[in-house]
Amino acid sequence: MKEFMLAFRHAVESTPTEEQIAGMMKDWDNWIGGIAAQGKLAPGGKRLAQGGKVLSTSGIITDGPYVELKEQLSGFIMVTASGMDEAVTLAHGCPILMVGGNVEIRQIA
Amino acid sequence: MDHTQLITQLYRSEFAKMVAVTGRLLGLQHIDVAEDIVSDTFLIAAEKWSDNSVPPNPEAWLYTVARNKTQDFLRRHNVFTGKIAPALKTENTAITDEDPFTDHAIRDSQLRMLFAVCHPAIAVEAQIALALRILCGLTVDEIAVAFFTNKETITKRLYRAKAKLNETGLSLEMPSDRTLPERMEGVLHIIYLLFNEGYRSSAGDSVLRKDLCLEALRLGILLTKYPATDLPATNALIALMCFHASRFDARDDTALYDDQDETLWDSELIKLGTYYLHLSAKGDKITRYHLEAAIARWHCTREDSHEKWDGILQLYNQLLQINYSPRIALNRTYAYYKVYGNDAALAEALKLKMESDHFYHALLGELYKTVNKARSKEHFQQALALARSEADRKIILIKLQNL
Repeated sequence: MKEFMLAFRHAVESTPTEEQIAGMMKDWDNWIGGIAAQGKLAPGGKRLAQGGKVLSTSGIITDGPYVELKEQLSGFIMVTASGMDEAVTLAHGCPILMVGGNVEIRQIA
Repeated sequence: MDHTQLITQLYRSEFAKMVAVTGRLLGLQHIDVAEDIVSDTFLIAAEKWSDNSVPPNPEAWLYTVARNKTQDFLRRHNVFTGKIAPALKTENTAITDEDPFTDHAIRDSQLRMLFAVCHPAIAVEAQIALALRILCGLTVDEIAVAFFTNKETITKRLYRAKAKLNETGLSLEMPSDRTLPERMEGVLHIIYLLFNEGYRSSAGDSVLRKDLCLEALRLGILLTKYPATDLPATNALIALMCFHASRFDARDDTALYDDQDETLWDSELIKLGTYYLHLSAKGDKITRYHLEAAIARWHCTREDSHEKWDGILQLYNQLLQINYSPRIALNRTYAYYKVYGNDAALAEALKLKMESDHFYHALLGELYKTVNKARSKEHFQQALALARSEADRKIILIKLQNL
Protein backbone atom coordinates (compact mmCIF):
# COMPACT_ATOMS: atom_id res chain seq x y z
CA MET A 1 0.00 0.00 0.00
CA LYS A 2 1.23 3.48 -0.87
CA GLU A 3 0.33 6.72 0.78
CA PHE A 4 -1.28 9.61 -1.06
CA MET A 5 -2.28 13.14 -0.22
CA LEU A 6 -5.61 14.38 -1.50
CA ALA A 7 -5.43 18.17 -1.45
CA PHE A 8 -8.58 20.23 -1.91
CA ARG A 9 -8.46 23.53 -3.73
CA HIS A 10 -11.14 25.95 -4.65
CA ALA A 11 -11.22 29.28 -6.44
CA VAL A 12 -10.63 32.26 -4.19
CA GLU A 13 -13.72 34.06 -5.57
CA SER A 14 -15.97 31.22 -4.48
CA THR A 15 -14.61 31.05 -0.95
CA PRO A 16 -17.59 29.78 1.05
CA THR A 17 -18.82 31.52 4.17
CA GLU A 18 -18.51 29.83 7.56
CA GLU A 19 -22.23 29.01 7.42
CA GLN A 20 -21.86 27.40 4.02
CA ILE A 21 -18.92 25.41 5.34
CA ALA A 22 -20.96 24.28 8.33
CA GLY A 23 -23.71 23.21 5.97
CA MET A 24 -21.26 21.17 3.96
CA MET A 25 -19.68 19.48 6.96
CA LYS A 26 -22.06 16.56 6.73
CA ASP A 27 -21.04 15.95 3.09
CA TRP A 28 -17.40 16.05 4.09
CA ASP A 29 -17.98 13.73 7.05
CA ASN A 30 -19.84 11.27 4.84
CA TRP A 31 -17.17 11.36 2.20
CA ILE A 32 -14.25 10.98 4.60
CA GLY A 33 -16.27 8.43 6.60
CA GLY A 34 -16.68 6.42 3.39
CA ILE A 35 -12.92 6.34 2.86
CA ALA A 36 -12.33 5.49 6.51
CA ALA A 37 -14.90 2.68 6.23
CA GLN A 38 -12.69 1.11 3.57
CA GLY A 39 -9.83 1.30 6.06
CA LYS A 40 -7.97 3.61 3.69
CA LEU A 41 -7.80 6.83 5.65
CA ALA A 42 -4.29 7.53 6.94
CA PRO A 43 -3.64 9.85 9.85
CA GLY A 44 -2.46 13.42 9.39
CA GLY A 45 -5.17 15.18 7.37
CA LYS A 46 -5.99 18.79 8.25
CA ARG A 47 -8.51 21.45 7.48
CA LEU A 48 -6.87 24.78 6.82
CA ALA A 49 -8.18 28.17 7.92
CA GLN A 50 -9.01 30.58 5.14
CA GLY A 51 -6.48 33.17 4.02
CA GLY A 52 -2.81 33.24 4.85
CA LYS A 53 0.42 34.74 3.57
CA VAL A 54 2.89 33.82 0.88
CA LEU A 55 6.59 34.51 1.26
CA SER A 56 8.47 34.60 -2.04
CA THR A 57 12.16 34.55 -2.93
CA SER A 58 12.41 38.30 -3.08
CA GLY A 59 11.22 38.43 0.50
CA ILE A 60 7.89 39.93 -0.49
CA ILE A 61 5.00 38.84 1.62
CA THR A 62 1.63 38.88 -0.09
CA ASP A 63 -1.85 37.91 0.94
CA GLY A 64 -2.39 34.38 0.03
CA PRO A 65 -2.22 31.56 -0.11
CA TYR A 66 -2.84 31.67 -3.81
CA VAL A 67 -1.12 29.85 -6.55
CA GLU A 68 -1.22 31.29 -10.07
CA LEU A 69 -4.82 30.30 -10.71
CA LYS A 70 -6.15 32.22 -7.73
CA GLU A 71 -7.04 29.05 -5.96
CA GLN A 72 -6.52 28.37 -2.34
CA LEU A 73 -5.79 25.17 -0.53
CA SER A 74 -8.60 24.42 1.92
CA GLY A 75 -7.36 21.19 3.42
CA PHE A 76 -6.01 17.75 2.73
CA ILE A 77 -6.35 14.17 3.86
CA MET A 78 -3.97 11.27 3.70
CA VAL A 79 -5.12 7.95 2.28
CA THR A 80 -3.60 4.59 1.56
CA ALA A 81 -4.17 3.05 -1.83
CA SER A 82 -2.61 0.36 -4.01
CA GLY A 83 -1.72 2.94 -6.65
CA MET A 84 -2.66 6.21 -8.32
CA ASP A 85 -5.77 4.75 -9.95
CA GLU A 86 -7.25 3.70 -6.64
CA ALA A 87 -6.30 7.02 -5.02
CA VAL A 88 -8.17 8.83 -7.80
CA THR A 89 -11.17 6.56 -7.25
CA LEU A 90 -11.15 7.50 -3.59
CA ALA A 91 -11.12 11.18 -4.51
CA HIS A 92 -14.41 10.79 -6.41
CA GLY A 93 -17.36 12.17 -4.51
CA CYS A 94 -15.27 14.76 -2.69
CA PRO A 95 -17.59 17.63 -1.75
CA ILE A 96 -15.10 20.23 -3.04
CA LEU A 97 -16.11 19.10 -6.53
CA MET A 98 -19.67 20.29 -5.86
CA VAL A 99 -18.48 23.88 -5.45
CA GLY A 100 -16.27 23.95 -8.52
CA GLY A 101 -13.09 23.06 -6.68
CA ASN A 102 -10.66 20.29 -7.43
CA VAL A 103 -8.74 17.54 -5.72
CA GLU A 104 -5.02 17.18 -6.30
CA ILE A 105 -3.79 13.65 -5.78
CA ARG A 106 -0.13 13.24 -4.93
CA GLN A 107 1.80 10.19 -3.90
CA ILE A 108 3.99 10.62 -0.84
CA ALA A 109 7.61 10.29 -1.97
CA MET B 1 -30.52 -17.59 53.23
CA ASP B 2 -28.59 -20.64 54.40
CA HIS B 3 -24.88 -20.47 55.10
CA THR B 4 -23.76 -22.01 51.81
CA GLN B 5 -25.72 -19.43 49.84
CA LEU B 6 -24.22 -16.75 52.05
CA ILE B 7 -20.71 -18.03 51.36
CA THR B 8 -21.35 -18.11 47.61
CA GLN B 9 -22.62 -14.57 47.74
CA LEU B 10 -19.69 -13.37 49.84
CA TYR B 11 -17.28 -15.11 47.48
CA ARG B 12 -18.78 -13.11 44.62
CA SER B 13 -18.67 -9.78 46.43
CA GLU B 14 -15.51 -10.11 48.54
CA PHE B 15 -13.06 -12.47 46.85
CA ALA B 16 -11.52 -9.87 44.53
CA LYS B 17 -11.34 -7.24 47.26
CA MET B 18 -9.66 -9.66 49.64
CA VAL B 19 -7.12 -10.71 47.02
CA ALA B 20 -6.34 -7.06 46.30
CA VAL B 21 -5.81 -6.23 49.97
CA THR B 22 -3.84 -9.41 50.68
CA GLY B 23 -1.86 -9.03 47.49
CA ARG B 24 -0.90 -5.53 48.48
CA LEU B 25 0.41 -6.75 51.82
CA LEU B 26 2.35 -9.61 50.24
CA GLY B 27 3.58 -7.83 47.14
CA LEU B 28 2.78 -8.64 43.55
CA GLN B 29 5.30 -11.49 43.33
CA HIS B 30 3.15 -13.41 45.83
CA ILE B 31 -0.15 -12.89 44.07
CA ASP B 32 -0.57 -16.68 43.89
CA VAL B 33 -0.24 -16.91 47.65
CA ALA B 34 -2.76 -14.12 48.07
CA GLU B 35 -5.23 -16.07 45.94
CA ASP B 36 -4.56 -19.26 47.91
CA ILE B 37 -4.98 -17.51 51.23
CA VAL B 38 -8.31 -16.04 50.22
CA SER B 39 -9.50 -19.35 48.76
CA ASP B 40 -8.45 -21.13 51.97
CA THR B 41 -10.31 -18.56 54.00
CA PHE B 42 -13.52 -19.39 52.16
CA LEU B 43 -12.86 -23.12 52.63
CA ILE B 44 -12.49 -22.58 56.37
CA ALA B 45 -15.72 -20.58 56.41
CA ALA B 46 -17.44 -23.45 54.59
CA GLU B 47 -16.18 -25.89 57.23
CA LYS B 48 -16.80 -23.82 60.33
CA TRP B 49 -20.00 -22.02 59.57
CA SER B 50 -23.30 -23.75 59.85
CA ASP B 51 -26.83 -22.47 59.54
CA ASN B 52 -26.91 -21.70 63.27
CA SER B 53 -23.41 -20.37 63.68
CA VAL B 54 -22.68 -17.74 61.08
CA PRO B 55 -20.52 -15.03 62.67
CA PRO B 56 -22.40 -11.80 63.38
CA ASN B 57 -20.28 -9.91 60.88
CA PRO B 58 -19.30 -12.48 58.23
CA GLU B 59 -17.28 -10.07 56.06
CA ALA B 60 -15.17 -8.95 58.99
CA TRP B 61 -14.66 -12.60 59.96
CA LEU B 62 -13.36 -13.39 56.48
CA TYR B 63 -11.05 -10.38 56.40
CA THR B 64 -9.64 -11.20 59.82
CA VAL B 65 -8.93 -14.81 58.94
CA ALA B 66 -7.32 -13.76 55.67
CA ARG B 67 -5.24 -11.16 57.42
CA ASN B 68 -4.02 -13.59 60.07
CA LYS B 69 -3.08 -16.09 57.40
CA THR B 70 -1.25 -13.34 55.56
CA GLN B 71 0.72 -12.44 58.66
CA ASP B 72 1.59 -16.10 59.23
CA PHE B 73 2.88 -16.35 55.72
CA LEU B 74 4.94 -13.20 56.07
CA ARG B 75 6.47 -14.46 59.32
CA ARG B 76 7.32 -17.83 57.83
CA HIS B 77 8.84 -16.39 54.73
CA ASN B 78 10.51 -13.55 56.45
CA VAL B 79 9.64 -11.17 53.72
CA PHE B 80 9.04 -8.30 56.07
CA THR B 81 9.96 -5.08 54.46
CA GLY B 82 10.51 -1.88 56.34
CA LYS B 83 7.05 -0.89 55.25
CA ILE B 84 5.08 -3.95 56.25
CA ALA B 85 6.71 -4.86 59.53
CA PRO B 86 6.00 -1.67 61.49
CA ALA B 87 2.46 -1.56 60.23
CA LEU B 88 1.75 -5.11 61.36
CA LYS B 89 3.31 -4.67 64.77
CA THR B 90 0.83 -2.03 65.74
CA GLU B 91 -2.16 -3.98 64.55
CA ASN B 92 -4.30 -6.22 66.67
CA THR B 93 -4.05 -9.72 65.29
CA ALA B 94 -6.93 -11.21 67.26
CA ILE B 95 -10.08 -12.13 65.40
CA THR B 96 -12.61 -9.39 65.98
CA ASP B 97 -15.95 -8.61 64.49
CA GLU B 98 -14.77 -5.24 63.32
CA ASP B 99 -13.96 -4.57 59.71
CA PRO B 100 -10.14 -4.59 59.68
CA PHE B 101 -9.88 -2.64 56.47
CA THR B 102 -11.57 0.56 55.53
CA ASP B 103 -13.53 0.79 52.29
CA HIS B 104 -11.10 3.40 51.13
CA ALA B 105 -8.05 1.15 51.65
CA ILE B 106 -9.76 -1.72 49.82
CA ARG B 107 -10.61 0.53 46.88
CA ASP B 108 -7.07 1.82 46.79
CA SER B 109 -5.64 -1.71 46.69
CA GLN B 110 -8.03 -2.70 43.92
CA LEU B 111 -7.07 0.31 41.85
CA ARG B 112 -3.37 -0.56 42.17
CA MET B 113 -4.13 -4.17 41.29
CA LEU B 114 -6.07 -3.00 38.23
CA PHE B 115 -3.04 -1.10 36.94
CA ALA B 116 -0.72 -4.03 37.65
CA VAL B 117 -2.97 -6.50 35.81
CA CYS B 118 -3.42 -4.18 32.83
CA HIS B 119 0.32 -3.85 32.27
CA PRO B 120 1.41 -3.72 28.63
CA ALA B 121 4.12 -6.34 29.32
CA ILE B 122 1.35 -8.95 29.63
CA ALA B 123 -0.46 -10.22 26.53
CA VAL B 124 -3.95 -8.76 26.19
CA GLU B 125 -5.69 -12.15 26.40
CA ALA B 126 -3.77 -12.92 29.58
CA GLN B 127 -4.60 -9.50 31.01
CA ILE B 128 -8.28 -10.29 30.54
CA ALA B 129 -7.99 -13.71 32.14
CA LEU B 130 -6.00 -12.24 35.02
CA ALA B 131 -8.50 -9.42 35.47
CA LEU B 132 -11.37 -11.91 35.56
CA ARG B 133 -9.59 -14.00 38.18
CA ILE B 134 -7.93 -11.36 40.38
CA LEU B 135 -10.18 -8.34 39.93
CA CYS B 136 -13.55 -9.94 39.34
CA GLY B 137 -13.12 -13.11 41.39
CA LEU B 138 -14.32 -15.49 38.69
CA THR B 139 -13.27 -19.10 39.06
CA VAL B 140 -11.03 -20.71 36.46
CA ASP B 141 -14.03 -22.75 35.28
CA GLU B 142 -16.11 -19.64 34.76
CA ILE B 143 -13.31 -17.94 32.85
CA ALA B 144 -13.00 -21.01 30.63
CA VAL B 145 -16.73 -20.79 29.89
CA ALA B 146 -16.47 -17.07 29.13
CA PHE B 147 -13.62 -17.73 26.69
CA PHE B 148 -15.22 -20.87 25.17
CA THR B 149 -12.14 -22.84 26.09
CA ASN B 150 -11.07 -25.41 28.65
CA LYS B 151 -9.79 -25.12 32.17
CA GLU B 152 -6.22 -26.15 31.27
CA THR B 153 -5.85 -23.37 28.71
CA ILE B 154 -6.96 -20.77 31.22
CA THR B 155 -4.77 -22.20 33.98
CA LYS B 156 -1.77 -22.02 31.67
CA ARG B 157 -2.64 -18.52 30.55
CA LEU B 158 -2.96 -17.35 34.15
CA TYR B 159 0.29 -19.05 35.07
CA ARG B 160 2.17 -17.33 32.27
CA ALA B 161 0.63 -13.97 33.12
CA LYS B 162 1.66 -14.27 36.75
CA ALA B 163 5.15 -15.37 35.75
CA LYS B 164 5.33 -12.25 33.60
CA LEU B 165 4.24 -10.13 36.57
CA ASN B 166 7.13 -11.62 38.55
CA GLU B 167 9.66 -11.44 35.77
CA THR B 168 9.07 -7.77 34.99
CA GLY B 169 9.34 -6.94 38.67
CA LEU B 170 6.15 -4.94 38.61
CA SER B 171 5.06 -3.38 41.85
CA LEU B 172 1.72 -2.24 43.14
CA GLU B 173 2.73 1.37 42.95
CA MET B 174 0.49 3.64 40.94
CA PRO B 175 2.05 4.71 37.62
CA SER B 176 3.80 8.06 37.65
CA ASP B 177 2.03 11.16 36.35
CA ARG B 178 4.14 10.90 33.23
CA THR B 179 3.10 7.36 32.33
CA LEU B 180 -0.45 7.55 33.67
CA PRO B 181 -2.19 8.77 30.47
CA GLU B 182 -0.76 5.90 28.43
CA ARG B 183 -1.45 3.33 31.15
CA MET B 184 -5.01 4.62 31.48
CA GLU B 185 -5.58 3.88 27.80
CA GLY B 186 -4.59 0.27 28.47
CA VAL B 187 -6.76 0.01 31.57
CA LEU B 188 -9.84 1.43 29.82
CA HIS B 189 -9.25 -0.87 26.86
CA ILE B 190 -9.11 -3.95 29.09
CA ILE B 191 -12.23 -2.91 30.99
CA TYR B 192 -14.05 -2.49 27.67
CA LEU B 193 -12.83 -5.90 26.46
CA LEU B 194 -14.01 -7.45 29.73
CA PHE B 195 -17.40 -5.88 29.18
CA ASN B 196 -17.54 -7.10 25.60
CA GLU B 197 -16.54 -10.57 26.66
CA GLY B 198 -19.80 -10.62 28.58
CA TYR B 199 -21.91 -8.60 26.20
CA ARG B 200 -21.00 -9.73 22.72
CA SER B 201 -20.74 -13.47 23.02
CA SER B 202 -24.04 -15.04 22.16
CA ALA B 203 -23.37 -18.43 23.69
CA GLY B 204 -22.85 -19.45 27.27
CA ASP B 205 -24.50 -18.77 30.57
CA SER B 206 -26.39 -15.48 30.43
CA VAL B 207 -26.23 -14.91 34.20
CA LEU B 208 -22.46 -15.25 34.11
CA ARG B 209 -22.23 -12.98 31.08
CA LYS B 210 -24.31 -10.29 32.77
CA ASP B 211 -22.11 -10.59 35.85
CA LEU B 212 -19.08 -9.96 33.68
CA CYS B 213 -20.65 -6.80 32.30
CA LEU B 214 -21.46 -5.53 35.76
CA GLU B 215 -17.94 -6.31 36.99
CA ALA B 216 -16.49 -4.27 34.13
CA LEU B 217 -18.87 -1.45 35.03
CA ARG B 218 -17.77 -1.66 38.66
CA LEU B 219 -14.09 -1.38 37.69
CA GLY B 220 -14.90 1.65 35.55
CA ILE B 221 -16.69 3.33 38.44
CA LEU B 222 -13.77 2.48 40.73
CA LEU B 223 -11.57 4.63 38.48
CA THR B 224 -13.84 7.64 39.01
CA LYS B 225 -13.14 7.61 42.74
CA TYR B 226 -9.68 9.08 42.20
CA PRO B 227 -9.04 12.44 40.52
CA ALA B 228 -6.05 11.14 38.52
CA THR B 229 -8.09 8.37 36.89
CA ASP B 230 -11.46 10.15 36.77
CA LEU B 231 -10.90 11.27 33.17
CA PRO B 232 -13.47 12.27 30.54
CA ALA B 233 -12.65 9.01 28.73
CA THR B 234 -13.34 7.02 31.92
CA ASN B 235 -16.78 8.57 32.24
CA ALA B 236 -17.46 8.08 28.54
CA LEU B 237 -16.60 4.38 28.83
CA ILE B 238 -18.90 3.99 31.85
CA ALA B 239 -21.71 5.73 29.94
CA LEU B 240 -21.12 3.40 27.00
CA MET B 241 -21.25 0.30 29.21
CA CYS B 242 -24.42 1.54 30.95
CA PHE B 243 -26.21 2.09 27.63
CA HIS B 244 -25.20 -1.33 26.31
CA ALA B 245 -26.01 -3.05 29.60
CA SER B 246 -29.45 -1.39 29.68
CA ARG B 247 -30.38 -3.48 26.67
CA PHE B 248 -28.86 -6.70 27.91
CA ASP B 249 -32.18 -8.40 28.67
CA ALA B 250 -33.76 -7.15 25.46
CA ARG B 251 -31.17 -8.59 23.12
CA ASP B 252 -32.67 -11.13 20.87
CA ASP B 253 -30.11 -13.56 19.52
CA THR B 254 -32.11 -13.93 16.38
CA ALA B 255 -32.10 -10.22 15.52
CA LEU B 256 -29.33 -9.04 13.21
CA TYR B 257 -29.87 -5.38 13.95
CA ASP B 258 -31.89 -3.66 16.54
CA ASP B 259 -35.21 -5.47 16.50
CA GLN B 260 -35.55 -5.45 20.26
CA ASP B 261 -38.32 -5.53 22.77
CA GLU B 262 -37.99 -2.04 24.21
CA THR B 263 -40.02 -2.80 27.30
CA LEU B 264 -37.10 -4.88 28.53
CA TRP B 265 -34.70 -1.95 28.47
CA ASP B 266 -33.40 -0.99 31.87
CA SER B 267 -34.32 2.68 32.29
CA GLU B 268 -32.21 3.07 35.44
CA LEU B 269 -29.08 2.12 33.54
CA ILE B 270 -30.02 4.49 30.72
CA LYS B 271 -30.33 7.30 33.29
CA LEU B 272 -27.01 6.35 34.84
CA GLY B 273 -25.40 6.28 31.40
CA THR B 274 -26.77 9.74 30.59
CA TYR B 275 -25.36 11.01 33.88
CA TYR B 276 -21.88 9.70 33.07
CA LEU B 277 -22.13 10.91 29.47
CA HIS B 278 -22.64 14.45 30.80
CA LEU B 279 -19.65 14.04 33.10
CA SER B 280 -17.55 12.89 30.12
CA ALA B 281 -18.18 16.12 28.19
CA LYS B 282 -15.02 17.83 29.42
CA GLY B 283 -11.60 18.53 28.00
CA ASP B 284 -10.73 18.85 24.33
CA LYS B 285 -10.28 15.24 23.31
CA ILE B 286 -13.06 13.14 21.82
CA THR B 287 -12.20 9.51 22.38
CA ARG B 288 -13.68 6.42 20.78
CA TYR B 289 -15.59 5.89 24.04
CA HIS B 290 -17.28 9.29 23.71
CA LEU B 291 -18.40 8.48 20.18
CA GLU B 292 -19.45 4.92 20.96
CA ALA B 293 -21.35 6.11 24.03
CA ALA B 294 -23.18 8.71 21.95
CA ILE B 295 -24.07 6.01 19.39
CA ALA B 296 -25.27 3.68 22.13
CA ARG B 297 -27.33 6.54 23.59
CA TRP B 298 -29.10 6.93 20.23
CA HIS B 299 -29.84 3.22 20.20
CA CYS B 300 -31.60 3.70 23.53
CA THR B 301 -34.15 6.04 21.95
CA ARG B 302 -37.33 4.39 20.79
CA GLU B 303 -38.33 6.23 17.62
CA ASP B 304 -36.69 5.21 14.39
CA SER B 305 -36.35 8.80 13.18
CA HIS B 306 -34.25 10.33 10.42
CA GLU B 307 -32.59 12.50 13.06
CA LYS B 308 -31.56 9.43 15.03
CA TRP B 309 -29.92 7.63 12.11
CA ASP B 310 -28.35 10.80 10.78
CA GLY B 311 -26.85 11.35 14.23
CA ILE B 312 -25.61 7.77 14.36
CA LEU B 313 -24.11 8.02 10.86
CA GLN B 314 -22.15 11.17 11.68
CA LEU B 315 -20.84 9.57 14.87
CA TYR B 316 -19.75 6.47 12.96
CA ASN B 317 -18.06 8.70 10.37
CA GLN B 318 -16.02 10.30 13.14
CA LEU B 319 -15.40 7.03 14.95
CA LEU B 320 -13.97 5.43 11.81
CA GLN B 321 -11.50 8.27 11.48
CA ILE B 322 -9.97 7.55 14.88
CA ASN B 323 -10.68 3.85 15.27
CA TYR B 324 -11.27 1.77 12.13
CA SER B 325 -12.62 -1.74 12.44
CA PRO B 326 -14.48 -3.84 9.87
CA ARG B 327 -17.44 -4.14 12.25
CA ILE B 328 -17.71 -0.35 12.65
CA ALA B 329 -17.42 0.06 8.86
CA LEU B 330 -20.41 -2.29 8.42
CA ASN B 331 -22.44 -0.55 11.12
CA ARG B 332 -21.69 2.76 9.46
CA THR B 333 -22.95 1.42 6.16
CA TYR B 334 -26.15 0.22 7.81
CA ALA B 335 -26.66 3.73 9.26
CA TYR B 336 -25.97 5.12 5.78
CA TYR B 337 -28.74 2.91 4.43
CA LYS B 338 -31.15 4.17 7.10
CA VAL B 339 -30.41 7.78 6.12
CA TYR B 340 -29.87 7.64 2.35
CA GLY B 341 -31.68 4.47 1.33
CA ASN B 342 -30.82 1.26 -0.54
CA ASP B 343 -29.10 2.49 -3.67
CA ALA B 344 -26.73 4.95 -2.01
CA ALA B 345 -25.90 2.45 0.72
CA LEU B 346 -25.27 -0.32 -1.81
CA ALA B 347 -22.69 1.87 -3.54
CA GLU B 348 -20.99 2.48 -0.19
CA ALA B 349 -21.20 -1.19 0.79
CA LEU B 350 -19.70 -2.49 -2.44
CA LYS B 351 -16.60 -0.34 -1.87
CA LEU B 352 -15.87 -2.24 1.34
CA LYS B 353 -15.03 -5.51 -0.45
CA MET B 354 -15.00 -7.62 2.70
CA GLU B 355 -15.67 -10.80 0.77
CA SER B 356 -14.70 -13.23 3.51
CA ASP B 357 -16.80 -11.59 6.23
CA HIS B 358 -20.22 -13.15 6.83
CA PHE B 359 -21.59 -9.92 8.33
CA TYR B 360 -20.67 -8.16 5.09
CA HIS B 361 -22.70 -10.62 3.05
CA ALA B 362 -25.56 -10.44 5.53
CA LEU B 363 -25.56 -6.66 5.11
CA LEU B 364 -25.52 -6.96 1.30
CA GLY B 365 -28.33 -9.50 1.55
CA GLU B 366 -30.30 -6.95 3.55
CA LEU B 367 -29.55 -4.09 1.13
CA TYR B 368 -30.48 -6.12 -1.98
CA LYS B 369 -33.66 -7.43 -0.38
CA THR B 370 -36.04 -4.95 -2.00
CA VAL B 371 -34.06 -4.26 -5.20
CA ASN B 372 -32.80 -7.68 -6.26
CA LYS B 373 -34.21 -10.77 -4.54
CA ALA B 374 -31.84 -13.19 -6.29
CA ARG B 375 -28.75 -11.23 -5.31
CA SER B 376 -30.08 -10.90 -1.81
CA LYS B 377 -30.49 -14.66 -1.55
CA GLU B 378 -27.00 -15.22 -2.95
CA HIS B 379 -25.43 -13.02 -0.32
CA PHE B 380 -27.39 -14.51 2.55
CA GLN B 381 -26.28 -17.96 1.37
CA GLN B 382 -22.68 -16.83 1.26
CA ALA B 383 -23.09 -15.39 4.75
CA LEU B 384 -24.48 -18.72 5.90
CA ALA B 385 -21.50 -20.58 4.46
CA LEU B 386 -19.02 -18.21 6.09
CA ALA B 387 -20.68 -17.87 9.51
CA ARG B 388 -18.66 -19.39 12.30
CA SER B 389 -21.10 -19.65 15.16
CA GLU B 390 -24.36 -21.54 15.45
CA ALA B 391 -26.10 -18.37 16.68
CA ASP B 392 -25.03 -16.42 13.58
CA ARG B 393 -26.17 -19.25 11.29
CA LYS B 394 -29.54 -19.24 13.02
CA ILE B 395 -30.03 -15.53 12.37
CA ILE B 396 -29.07 -15.83 8.72
CA LEU B 397 -31.34 -18.85 8.20
CA ILE B 398 -34.28 -16.83 9.50
CA LYS B 399 -33.38 -14.02 7.09
CA LEU B 400 -33.29 -16.53 4.21
CA GLN B 401 -36.64 -18.02 5.16
CA ASN B 402 -38.25 -14.59 5.36
CA LEU B 403 -36.99 -13.59 1.94
